Formats: sequence, C-alpha cells, structure tokens
Amino acid sequence: MSPAETLEKLALCVNGRDVEAHAAPSTTLLSLLRDDLGLAAARFGCGTGQCGACLVLMDGNPIYSCTLGASAAAGRRITTPEGLSVQGAASPLQRALLAEQAAQCGYCIPGIAVRATALLAANPDPSEEEVRSALDAHLCRCGSHNRIVRAVLRAAREAHEAKR
Amino acid sequence: MSAKLPASLARNPRLSAWLRFRADGVVEVRSGKVELGQGILTALAQIAAEELDVALERIAMMPAATGTSPDEGVTSGSLSTQDSGMAVRHACAEARALCLAEASRRLGVAVDSLAVADGEIRGAGGARTSYWAIGDAAIAGRDATASVPPKGSAHSRYVGRAIARIDLADKVLGHARYIHDLALPGMLHGRVLRPPSPAATLEKLEEDRARAMPGVVAVVRDGSFVGVLAESERQAQAAVERLRRDARWNEPATLPDEARLGAWLHAARRETALVAERDSGSSPGARRTVRASYTKPFIAHASIGPSCAVAHWNGTRLRVWSHTQGIYNLRADLSIAFAVPAEDIVVEHVQGAGCYGHNGADDVAYDAALLARAADGRPVRVQWSREDELSWSPFGPAMAIDLEAELDDHGEVVAWRGAHWSNGHTMRPGRAKIPTLLAASQLADPFERPVSVNPPFAGGGGAERNSVPAYDFPRLRVECHRVLEMPLRASALRSLGAFANVFAIESFVDDIARMRHEDPVAWRLRHLSDPRARAVIEAVARRSSWGAPLAGEGRGRGIGWARYKGFGAYCAVVAEVELTHEVRVTRLVIAADVGLAVNPDGVANQIEGGAIQATSWALKEAVRFDRTRVTSGAWESYPILRFSEVPRTDVEVIQREHEPSVGAGEAAQGPTAAAIANAVREAIGARIRDLPITAERIAAATLAEEAEPA
Repeated sequence: MSPAETLEKLALCVNGRDVEAHAAPSTTLLSLLRDDLGLAAARFGCGTGQCGACLVLMDGNPIYSCTLGASAAAGRRITTPEGLSVQGAASPLQRALLAEQAAQCGYCIPGIAVRATALLAANPDPSEEEVRSALDAHLCRCGSHNRIVRAVLRAAREAHEAKR
Repeated sequence: MSAKLPASLARNPRLSAWLRFRADGVVEVRSGKVELGQGILTALAQIAAEELDVALERIAMMPAATGTSPDEGVTSGSLSTQDSGMAVRHACAEARALCLAEASRRLGVAVDSLAVADGEIRGAGGARTSYWAIGDAAIAGRDATASVPPKGSAHSRYVGRAIARIDLADKVLGHARYIHDLALPGMLHGRVLRPPSPAATLEKLEEDRARAMPGVVAVVRDGSFVGVLAESERQAQAAVERLRRDARWNEPATLPDEARLGAWLHAARRETALVAERDSGSSPGARRTVRASYTKPFIAHASIGPSCAVAHWNGTRLRVWSHTQGIYNLRADLSIAFAVPAEDIVVEHVQGAGCYGHNGADDVAYDAALLARAADGRPVRVQWSREDELSWSPFGPAMAIDLEAELDDHGEVVAWRGAHWSNGHTMRPGRAKIPTLLAASQLADPFERPVSVNPPFAGGGGAERNSVPAYDFPRLRVECHRVLEMPLRASALRSLGAFANVFAIESFVDDIARMRHEDPVAWRLRHLSDPRARAVIEAVARRSSWGAPLAGEGRGRGIGWARYKGFGAYCAVVAEVELTHEVRVTRLVIAADVGLAVNPDGVANQIEGGAIQATSWALKEAVRFDRTRVTSGAWESYPILRFSEVPRTDVEVIQREHEPSVGAGEAAQGPTAAAIANAVREAIGARIRDLPITAERIAAATLAEEAEPA
C-alpha cells in the first residue's frame, strides 16, 4: 500500500465562483483546474510554459497554469477559457474567432482566446503587429495563425464600432 | 440501371451502417473517416443534408467506432471527401428514394407526387409523413445498389458553399471534449518510461522506490517496456521520473550523422524500384547534362497536444478510446499484439489535437492497453509527455533526391532522370502480419521491428509520390530507392514524399528556365498542356503581380506548383521572401483546384494551413540527434513557425462544380517549399538544395556562389 500525501486546503475564485480545493504541494494549477474542478478548456501541451495551450488569467494577468503551483493561486481570481463566455454565450472575441473560422483542430484556441482577451483589455485598438507579437508565445500547428489575427482585429474593430 | 458503387459503399453496402433516422428529427450519419481538425465531419454533413433535403442542423455526425461504423480504412491521403463523401452521397440519395417509396406505399399516393422538405414528406391531397416516422423502417435491411443517382450540383443548398464548421463553436468556447479530457469512473493514470534512445535496451531497473511512492498502484515491466499506474496523472509522472533515475540502459550508437543524411541514404541497404520510364522516340540530341542533389531532414509531427489514449480490459475483452486515424487498423494491430480476436476489441474514436499523419496515437493506445492489463479491471489513461511526443511519434522520413537533365542546344530538356532515396513512407498499423505499435518491439518476447514501405504508386506512392514531373519531356526515367535500414522510426507525414520531391523538381526546372533566361512561369506554361494545371499557375501569377518588381534589397519572388499524386488536387504557390539576418517568407499567394469544393472555406483553411505548416518545415524544422539519441525533444530544440513569422496568405479556390472532389489537405506542402526556395534563389542568386533553408545555409551558399566563376 503506497503512502498517502499531505493535502493543502486552498480557497480561490474561479470564473467568478468561490471554490475550495485540496491539493498536494506539487499540484499545478492546470491539474487543479482540469482534474479537480472539471474545467478542461485550459490544456496540457508541453508542461513548460512554451506553447500557451494552458493559459489562464490570474487577477487579470495571463499565466501558464502548467508551471504554476496550485497553492500560488490561493486567494486569487482565476479566469479559465470557460470563463470568457458570459452565461454560456460567446464573448465578442469568441464570436470573432467563429466569424473568421479561425481554428482547425482547436486545441490551441482556448489559450489563445485568453491571451487575446487580455491583450484587448490592455490595448483595445492593437495594430496587426501588436497582435502577432502578443500571440508569439502561442504555438499553433494547423496554420490557423492568419485567421486568428484577423479575428482579434475584428473583435477590436467591432468593439470600437459598438461604442460609437 | 446500375452504376458503380463508390468503393467505400461497395465494401459496406448496408445503408443502416451509414445513417439512421431518429424519431426526434435527427439523422445520425456514420462515416469510417474521422475528424483530425481538417473539417471532414462538416463536409460530410453538408453532403448528407443536401442529398436528404434536410437542414444541416438535423445531421448528427457520430463518432467512429469499430463494430458500428463502416470500415473505411485510414483517414489519410487526402481521400476522405472523395471516398467517404461519395459513399455518404450515394447512401443518402438511396435512403431518400427508399423513404419516398415507403411513403408512397403507406400513403397510397404516387412517388412522383411526393416532395421532401426538411425531412417532412408531403404528397397530393394533404398526405404527409416524415423521415422520422418511416425512415428507419424504409431502409432497414437494405443494401446500397447505386440505382439512385445523387443530385446534380445545380441549385445546391449546402454543397459547394462556405458553411461554418459544425464543430468549431464548441472548440472556440472551450466546450469540446478531446481524448485528453476523457475521465471514466475508477480510471487510473499510466505513464511509460520511454528508453533514452531509439535502440536502447533496459539493463537493470530498481522498481521498489517508485512502487512505494504515493498513489502508485503498479510498476509494469515487460522487457524494455516500463510503465507505472497511479491514482493521479501527477503521481504517475513523479513515479516515472523516479524510475528514470533508477534505470540503467544499454544504448548502442545506431543513428546516422545528422549533418550527412544524404550520404547515409545513398550508402544504406536498399531496394530499388523503377517508378516511370518513357521515351517518345523522337528526342533530339543532347548537348550537355545538368545535375543537382537535394535533401530533406526527418521532420516531426509536433502536434500541440501530446498523444493520449484510454484502455479498459473487461476480462479478455478490450475497449480502447483513441485519436487514431484508423479505428479498424488499430484494432487489427491490437488483436495481433495481444493475441485476442478482433471481435473482442472495440476501438472508439475520440478527437485529439491536430493530426498530420501517422503520429503516436496508435502507439499510446497500445501503451494504455499494455498497462491496463495490470489495472485489475479499471480503465487506464496514458498521455505522453512533450518530450515523448517530439521524440517517439514516427517522423516524416529524411530524403535525398538526385536529378539530372540532358539539354539540347537551346537549353530545352530532352531527357530527365530522377533518383529518389528514402525510407519507406508508411508503417501504419493494420496492414502487416506484425504490429507496428511502438512498444511491441520492446517487450521481453518482442515482435520484429517493422521497416516502412511505400504504398503502391498507382495510389500515389510514398517516397516516390510526385517524383514524376508533369512536364512534357521526350525521355524520362525515375527510380526510387527504398532504404531498408531504419534507425529512426519513420512513417507517413502530410504529403509523404511529395513535399521533398516537388521542392526538388520545381527547384531544378526553375534553374533550367533561368539558364535559358526564360521567365519561370512562362517556362512552366510552355511545358504544360493540362488546362487545370495552367489555370492554377496563371491564377497565382495574376494575383501575385508576377513580373512586377519587388522594392527593396534581399527580396525575391518564386513559384512552385504540383498536381498532388499526379491525379489529385492542383495547387500553385507564389512566395515572396525577404532576407536580412534571417529568412522571412512575407507572403504566399496560392491557387488550388480540388474539383468540386464541397466547402470552399474549408478547402481554403486546409490549403492555407498546409502552406503555413510547409513554410515552417521549409525554414525551421529538422529532427536533431547525435549518434545515439534524439535531441530535439522540446520546443526550444524543435522550433516551429510563430505568429510573427507567419507569412500573409492569399488563397484562391477555383471552384469546378462538374469535376469530382479530391482532397485538399496535402496539396500545398510541396509547392510551398518549392516557391520559397525559388524566391530565395531570386533574392540572393544562390540555390539552397538542402532543407531547411536557414540563414546559415544561405550565407554558405552565397559564399560558394561568389567563389565560383559564373
């Protein structure tokens, strides 16, 4: 019989909901989200923060959940890709991604949507170069890059038009 | 009248295997082809909705599973729209006719008076019924006969239209469930300790420390195959890291010199096949011969999600959930590997991350099934690490291509010779007497390690795919040398040999045109009589403003084209490059003709994605290794193209409603590499013949060019 692990009790806010979880010290935030909280849209790609598939927001800032210890998220606000949509309805960015049909396999898309949401929050009117540079931390193997860039620019444009 | 049934339908003629009408107004459609991210389920749903006269939303594309889905072999070779699309089209056309016949009988009205609207069947005098009421009874027990011609393409509602992908909303919103997300009750997590090098064998393993770790259920060892089972993935991972430190391996140095792959391929044991030979008999005398050699390294699939599977033994019956490209093929290999009858194995397809060929999907399914034998009836999930994914998924094989042309007084080609050197390009499961699954050759009682073969040239071939130029040359001889030593596992990667062959052929003819001071587009058009080939070339020349000067130092424009496999999709690419301290492809203009494009935006997406991936291969990618180990197991050591490096793309899909549909997924690979190489030649005046085209290679080629008198 193998020994038990000591579990640490954590309280955090995920997608606007307060949750309590028990995690072993070496648990990553990604594992906590996926395996314990059933939020599977942040994905494992590399485990080293090099592909962006696991990206979530912590207090509004993008972080790689595959390298962050779950305990570091205690008391923080976490937004996963599921939390981008509002009551199940696509966010403006997600609508733009669909309008541009900006995915093939879709594995990398939730992480990219998180990054683009953070970008547009900080810079509502980015240039194409700024979008590409912000997305450089994300890998896409299917070659959907240009459609994704168009979608981010479209979301920015539509938000701007909606304000007028 | 009885036309010929499409091959997939002839093999699986029972209509109820392809579709089912549910009482709640849904048509379940089953295909043997699987979604790999290429959008095939959307195209098939469009075809079904069109033939049945129902709204697209009523079509539910069912996940493929052995036993319930038609056996359509492997989802590969850009064949799904043509194979499964034709089968679904004919099956639905026939189902519709059977429903009308049944309605006519039940309602007592003539068939010609009946019409279908969104599944409702209406006839004279207010008679009405529906697919949902009578459909399943109408097709029960019936086999396809090909007696019902499908609709023409005129007035189509779905086919030929850019319809949004049916699966994309779930993927973008993060609701989609991939194989990685499958969680079954009582499921254990497995991990495999992959050897440190391809030929390594396990000498000694200290298992006790790993076995004593938290959550560990079992350590499994069978020869050089080692794995663990634990309650959580993290625990399994920790235990495997412990085992890694507690294992001693014997590691022979079996790998070739990565800097001299061409020399290795030329020297290795081989089997030679004549691919094509022709002599028009009228060839004029040759004045001189020109020669050039090209190489391409091993390339990794490098999917963003690692390979993953779940396996569950219930006594002697096995159930496997997998992102395999061929559910029946995987089942066949599992049946051999475990000596269990195929009927006792079910393989269910669950979507994975992007698939571009024979990757680790089947291998990890076998890993999971091997470990699940020690799980006491609990399901076992295995997910590879990033390093395993980049090091152990089969690679696209390295190639060397030697081309020779005899030229007459005017620099015209009178004879062409090609020699194409490579490992075979496929060792897919389910096709041989031994399983090709990775761990099968690592067991204590191992299966022989398979050597890749080339599929028949009549179906497109493997290493020799697109090795025969489409140009009208009086004499031609092409041979293919299949290398029989396979120190690195090599198998099918998007477009197989076509990527390197088109790169080589289109580079060579570009130089032949240059020697005549002839425009490369004009030279190609002068040697091509096929109007569809000419059309894609003319389209990219027009869209790219071919011939207009490019402002700025170090810039160049180049063209490449091919008809995939010689009988598939036509694709031409014009690349623009800019050379500074690095090589940048700034723009790709692409024209493609896939016959009837069922979903033109889906085709554009595949063509554009293929071209961007091919740009990544051409500029950056090579599997790295020393004489013993693969060393490119991380994204730093195996970089791929990033957002800021991706060229602008402009894709034109030439819609040909009256031509049969052919696949789009692989057509852009070779033409893109060729266009980039030709653009680099234009920009710097030197020719790069070894992929990838890196800044170092450009610097070396420029120096060599300067040293050599013109």
